[in-house]
Amino acid sequence: MATKLGKQTYQPDNPPFIISTGTVAGPFEGQGPLKDYFDHVYTDTLAGERSFENAEKEMMANACFTCLQKVNVTPQEVDFYLAGDLLNQIISAGFCALELNIPFLGIYGACSTSAEGLALAAMLVDGGFAKLVLASTSSHNSSAERQYRYPTEYGVHRKPTAQWTVTGAGAALVAGYGAGPRITTFTVGKVVDQGIKDPMNLGAAMAPAAAATMVQHFADTGRGPEYYDLIVTGDLGKFGRELAVITCASKGGFDLSKNYNDCGLMIYDTEKQDVHAGASGCASSALVVYGYLYRKMLAGELKKILLVATGALHSVTSFQQGASIPAIAHAVSIEME
Amino acid sequence: MSRDPKKKPLTVEQKRYTELVSELVPKPQYGKNALLAFLFGGLVCVIGQLFTDIYRLAFGMSSTEAGNPAVATMILVGSLLTGLGLFDKIARYAGAGLVVPVTGFANSVVASALEFKREGLVFGVGSKMFMLAGSVITFGVVTAFIIGLIYAIFIL
Repeated sequence: MATKLGKQTYQPDNPPFIISTGTVAGPFEGQGPLKDYFDHVYTDTLAGERSFENAEKEMMANACFTCLQKVNVTPQEVDFYLAGDLLNQIISAGFCALELNIPFLGIYGACSTSAEGLALAAMLVDGGFAKLVLASTSSHNSSAERQYRYPTEYGVHRKPTAQWTVTGAGAALVAGYGAGPRITTFTVGKVVDQGIKDPMNLGAAMAPAAAATMVQHFADTGRGPEYYDLIVTGDLGKFGRELAVITCASKGGFDLSKNYNDCGLMIYDTEKQDVHAGASGCASSALVVYGYLYRKMLAGELKKILLVATGALHSVTSFQQGASIPAIAHAVSIEME
Repeated sequence: MSRDPKKKPLTVEQKRYTELVSELVPKPQYGKNALLAFLFGGLVCVIGQLFTDIYRLAFGMSSTEAGNPAVATMILVGSLLTGLGLFDKIARYAGAGLVVPVTGFANSVVASALEFKREGLVFGVGSKMFMLAGSVITFGVVTAFIIGLIYAIFIL
């Protein structure tokens, strides 16, 4: 069982291990600075499938099977499969679960799904309900564009605050035994709405949620930002990152400028790749944390990281009806002994 | 009390935050965008004029007659560029210069038709083809009707 720290943070008594991860990326992500840290890079955004939705499912399944194969675990041995994505009715996750044939719990936290999955997996493992839990998430630039914005071939100007949805998928296998980085605490966030209505500026909509969760995490644990080697938010982008730093300083009174970065700024070369404010999408944090940071932790270059994955909980309908964009952030601290 | 989300007033904290955001976030470069739109829009018009002249000289049409096939050719070019995946790349820089002329209309129809071909002919291509261009048609017809009405009452 876990110990509750403060209001929203939990500390598992036996911190679960992330024993394996699997990451697959699209061709555009494969040109970015983190390309060597992904298990597979596709050469075609369709991944040999007929539609972008099928391609996303194929990527998610590939990430899951890769993750399991690395530690020689078959899907039959896994107790729960937790997954979610950005598409309506989380179809990538559902169709992928059909292939994996593992008892499935669908989750949705928009782009915060990676941290939500890790937190829930930690609860299931530490609570004694499971020995092995597979958590995965995916996003695809083209399937997200056509659902949230315009047809992919439609010619429009993009605002400087617009972000580029990452194509790819990441999976993590959480276990009660083994070796690897451990999930030591997690903070479940509350939904925050600061009145931002522009879906082309999601970083600004999500930054207050990220700040609120970080402030709560540090208050609950009694730690400061300096406790971690690196703090990463999911996909705030260039302007969202600045807003998060400002909000953390004014609300929590701590300085993030030293060891804080945003996954949305790490995955692409923002100078050379035309992505405007940075990356977004579930795969943004999944690829950076399960791919890049996980390997850095295994190599011993990073000991303690805090993942604060952020999600915008709007839909096309809510935006068109004039509602502002509610956002959420979950924090998961991952430590290597 | 109104339940319309558009009319819901912002709280003090929300107001403060939206002000902070608008301070921090850069405005789109209107000057540069307008200049590029002007140049590309002009270029589209020059190409259109070229086709008009070709039809006029090659087929012996009058200037008015040559207009229709010239527009049709521009639509063809816009559609072709969309199909080849080039239109959105050019429009990223050209902006309104490419979107406002008939090429933009062609792009919006063809892009939607291409995008939804996997949903089938009836529910995909057929019904989604005008998802972006539909507003243009609706309000174009309404405006034309109102102008026609004014013309009929006051001028005729």
